[in-house]
Amino acid sequence: MIVELGHLALIIALCIAICQATLPLAGSQYGIRSWIALARPLARLQLLFILISFASLIYAFLVHDFSVRYVASNSNTALPVLYLISGVWGAHEGSLLLWALILAVWTAAVTVFSRSIPNNMVARVIAVMGMISTGFLLFMLFTSNPFERLQFPPLEGRELNPLLQDPGLAIHPPMLYMGYVGFSVAFAFAIAAMLNGSLDSAWARWSRPWTIAAWVFLTVGIVMGSGWAYYELGWGGWWFWDPVENASLMPWLVGTALMHSLVVTDKRGAFKAWTVLLAIAAFSLSLLGTFLVRSGVLTSVHAFATDPARGVFILGFLIVIIGGSLLLYAWRASTVKSSVRFEPVSRDTGLLLNNVLLIVLAASILLGTLYPILIDALGLGKVSVGPPYFNSIFIPLAIPLAWAVGVGPFLRWRKDSGQRLAKILIVPLVGSVVIGTLATLLVPPYFTWGALLGLITASWVLCSLLVLVIRQMSIRHLLSRFGRSQLGMLVAHAGIAVFAIGICLTSIYSSQKDIQLALDESYDLDGYLFTFKGAERFSGPNFNGFRGVIEVTEDGKMVAELHPEKRFYQTGMPMTEAGIDGGITRDLYVALGEETVGRRAWVLRIYHEPFVRWVWAGGMMMAFGGLLAVFDARYRRRRLAAAAVSATPIGVPA
Amino acid sequence: MMKHLLGLLFVSVFIITSALVSSPAMAAIEVHNFKSPENEARYQHLIDELRCLVCQNQNIADSNAGLAYDLRQKVYEMIQAGKSDTEILNYMVERYGDFVLYRPPVKGYTLLLWFGPFILLFGAVVLLIRFARQRKDLEVFDEAELQDIRTLLKQTSGDPK
Amino acid sequence: MKMRFLWPLTLFALLAGLLGIGLTLDPKKVDSPLINKNAPAFDLGQLNDSTLHISPDNLKGQVWMLHVWASWCSVCLGEHPLINRLSTMQGLTLVGLNYKDDRLAALSWLNKLGNPYQAVAFDPEGKAGLDWGVYGVPESYLIDKHGVIRYKEVGPINDTVLKETLLPLIAQLQAETL
Repeated sequence: MIVELGHLALIIALCIAICQATLPLAGSQYGIRSWIALARPLARLQLLFILISFASLIYAFLVHDFSVRYVASNSNTALPVLYLISGVWGAHEGSLLLWALILAVWTAAVTVFSRSIPNNMVARVIAVMGMISTGFLLFMLFTSNPFERLQFPPLEGRELNPLLQDPGLAIHPPMLYMGYVGFSVAFAFAIAAMLNGSLDSAWARWSRPWTIAAWVFLTVGIVMGSGWAYYELGWGGWWFWDPVENASLMPWLVGTALMHSLVVTDKRGAFKAWTVLLAIAAFSLSLLGTFLVRSGVLTSVHAFATDPARGVFILGFLIVIIGGSLLLYAWRASTVKSSVRFEPVSRDTGLLLNNVLLIVLAASILLGTLYPILIDALGLGKVSVGPPYFNSIFIPLAIPLAWAVGVGPFLRWRKDSGQRLAKILIVPLVGSVVIGTLATLLVPPYFTWGALLGLITASWVLCSLLVLVIRQMSIRHLLSRFGRSQLGMLVAHAGIAVFAIGICLTSIYSSQKDIQLALDESYDLDGYLFTFKGAERFSGPNFNGFRGVIEVTEDGKMVAELHPEKRFYQTGMPMTEAGIDGGITRDLYVALGEETVGRRAWVLRIYHEPFVRWVWAGGMMMAFGGLLAVFDARYRRRRLAAAAVSATPIGVPA
Repeated sequence: MMKHLLGLLFVSVFIITSALVSSPAMAAIEVHNFKSPENEARYQHLIDELRCLVCQNQNIADSNAGLAYDLRQKVYEMIQAGKSDTEILNYMVERYGDFVLYRPPVKGYTLLLWFGPFILLFGAVVLLIRFARQRKDLEVFDEAELQDIRTLLKQTSGDPK
Repeated sequence: MKMRFLWPLTLFALLAGLLGIGLTLDPKKVDSPLINKNAPAFDLGQLNDSTLHISPDNLKGQVWMLHVWASWCSVCLGEHPLINRLSTMQGLTLVGLNYKDDRLAALSWLNKLGNPYQAVAFDPEGKAGLDWGVYGVPESYLIDKHGVIRYKEVGPINDTVLKETLLPLIAQLQAETL
């Protein structure tokens, strides 16, 4: 009964979404005030019904209603409550419902935090988001209904994939979706601005906090995914360039470019058409990710049960949304007049360079990800594009970007002088070479040129930030409500340096060893002595297995006691829970292999990963920096005043 | 179209049921004894570069599928027999094609892949420079300059605005 | 409308086209590099009698099919009737390769379901399979009179493939002179 209510609520939500997509839009176009006024209530109503729907699915999981096919496929009576709830979004249909819910949440947020935006603009934004909602709800109701009933319900449901039975993995999809879907707000603003007829810079000012917020969520989602892979998958790695991972990185890169481009459009009224294109691109890449995960065109460990028939539907949806918006772009963008002048050496150009590097990086990842399909489609056979390729591409593109990060904040708008910059930057340059070289000689166990390059680059970012603060900023301002944007920028850019240090040191200096150890036998890895202290049987709510004890000492002093586990779930699939001692300067990591028959010994895999936590710390710093920027009070106050000033385009057509 | 889709479904079922199921959750851990640490490092490197054909996008190092185990054994045996990295990779390619390599070989059909990003970067930078130069010569005033002009006008004319 | 603003739409159209084609392809079906190359050598004991050996050399001059199967493979079960039918065909020698299997289990499987093979090579460790690029079960190879592999089918042979591809090809190979 509750399940049918949920299904009905979904259908009602679709009807509301269709109204939301059409009426306010027509109202804006023809000046029908009553229809414009419908936008906010319709969006909120849609949220209500999708919430009802989502809640009823959670209910079905909690009461173990196995007559619902989705529940029977993704849960059983032995599953702990947390995973009954997170199992709701553990597979295709439920994750779509989560997408729809999060979209409704963002739309409702727009209805609340848009007081200072003209109503007809808000109406258009909400209408565009309503169109996207409609697409997803149609997709669900016609091809992927989570409420589908089974004619012969089983007595017991299937096991939820043990990989998903983890708190980190429970929260990772919602975070990612908040990011993907959040870019739809910037997208909707861009579309609304184009429909409005005047591609001015106001829309950029309004979009900025929304874009940054979405970007923060996406950053957190990606970091969580990487961290989870590290401790759950047992191979000590944290990024595999899997197509679905790439599908999250590409919108992130374009989203970063978008954030920076919005600054120029907001402050200088420049790059209006380009920023619109970026907004379309960021959201398009989010949708592309949805396609890649669910259509089966690419092989991925992350893929949901793939179904080319569903892929056709999603592709059709992509063509309508992306094709439609690009058509609109081709029509409207060509009427924009270039009216902003700037010199080759200026912040304007600098941010354009930032965009170029990020877009080329994203495009390269797209090329590599889709290349197998291209080659197959051309009948040239099958090719695999994996980490060796992506790593070779990423580094040459990321290093110039890191160097640009140091220069950028010093640049003046419109016109700057290379000489002035050189005089300022010589100090951090020398400082970074000195510090970087010293660090390379003192920190890693042996010298490599890669480490030198990486550490000098990271030092460059940090030194230039320091000089920036000392020369140009007031601490009081930074800590005030109006300085959060700047403070956020400093924190996020510092995060890049931290991230770079982590990647550099962990990829060059990690060690691993597979070894068989009997009781009290030891192995020395990079100065850490790992001693096997036995493994015992144990069990949990829905599994049984072994837990090992490994003592780690360094120079005779006890450093850590690790407890790797090997678990067997009902499906019989073995899972490792690695024993990890995390530290600021290194991680020590053990995974259980097999017990050796006859000899009471176990095969173990031991890792020493230096500075690996800096990878995620850097990512979280970037996210935190973004979060600070979202809450800059300037966004609240200046909106009213600024809206009046910049509503009219300024300048003589070129 | 339906035929193709059914065929696809058939093959997916075959792949799932026939091959030993690979669990990404358990890294395949086995002990090999090498003649030197360099050999061991070579082994680790090679098994990272080879793809497990029955898995959902994993290298043979991370997979515990039966085929991955066989291939790891073969790599180990060939290293012990003194074969070079190139010989080992060629051995795999002869039997499974270029698909088994995660680093696509630089051949005619992968030139776009390997050089594309750099061509793109070069092209984009050229466009950037041309665009920036063009913007220098725009005969317009921007907001800041217009603001200055307005201020000057206010001061000279005394008009409240 | 200035032309350069149509670029993004054009690029997207190409991308959508590529993805559309991608939907009809199967990324997991890997082409064999051994097509039109000599069949890799092996010298394996037979399943029913380990003192008897079999190797591709024994089959020179005949058109033959190497069918890779195993008793633990459930899909092979579904394919078996078709393989039985194939064995009645004139001019095609059917050789089985029992891949990574247990001898007794394999023999009882054949007992129960019928043995269509002229001979079955026993490859318990999959070493011959490795040389042939076997990566799953069942797989079928068609080899001509000169000992060159001319076709590989990954997965079970279905009626369509049999009628449209295999049978014509077998006829063509049979017509070839030595």
